[in-house]
Amino acid sequence: MAWVLFIALAVVTLGGGLAVVATRNVVHAALALLVSLVAVAGVYLLVYAEFLALVQVLIYGGAIVIVLVFAIMLTRSAEYPRTSDNRQWPLAAVAALGLLAVLVPAFLINAVQDTEAKNAAFTGIAQSLFTTWAVPFEIASLVLLVALIGAIIIARSGPGEN
Amino acid sequence: MVDLVWFQLLSAALFVIGLYGVLARRSAVLILMSIELMLNAVNINLIAAAAHMEGFGSFSRFDGQLIAIFIITVAAAEVGLALAIVLRMYRNRSTVNVDEIDLMKW
Repeated sequence: MAWVLFIALAVVTLGGGLAVVATRNVVHAALALLVSLVAVAGVYLLVYAEFLALVQVLIYGGAIVIVLVFAIMLTRSAEYPRTSDNRQWPLAAVAALGLLAVLVPAFLINAVQDTEAKNAAFTGIAQSLFTTWAVPFEIASLVLLVALIGAIIIARSGPGEN
Repeated sequence: MVDLVWFQLLSAALFVIGLYGVLARRSAVLILMSIELMLNAVNINLIAAAAHMEGFGSFSRFDGQLIAIFIITVAAAEVGLALAIVLRMYRNRSTVNVDEIDLMKW
């Protein structure tokens, strides 16, 4: 049963990813990205990471894809559908396949002796987040604040612009 | 039961797809989407490893998930900032194609 789910989710994830990098239409790419990211949330559920699956759907599905669609809308880059790939795409394909040819044997040779996937309880995550990881947690909130202010300052119109 | 190595292979494949997108696409928005794919590949790897391995060195079962949460946080900040830059780029140069933004290239 787990295998059937894993194969289905892997196919949807990789298919969505391929659609993102292959489609000519930018809006279709955003929708394919949404499909792929929701399938990744399913993969998280398979390894019993319910909290991460929830966060994935909320932040990626609910926020990041929407912001990307807004950016497509505001830049009207969908009007130029024939120019989505640059001239070096064969080189890019070679580089990507080369990395794959390194990564797959690396994972297969160094396959670790793993135990059965187990659930990590919500309470344990929270406890770890506010004890061991308390300082990175605070820094992350600062990073978000800085990014928020920076995005507003960069994107707003300066004097003399409309 | 699905072994850890299959999750790692899935994450490698997704990462490679994202890498191809980053290198081959022209539109800055599409490059950002490909970066999201790569970040998700890393997250799959971290979370699957955290679930499958019982305490690894000084790391506990929760650390993989927490690092993934931080990656998602940074990804959200990155997308917000990068899209602000894309909007500014479009306003100044009327294009979002990265190979046409070559002012600093000689």
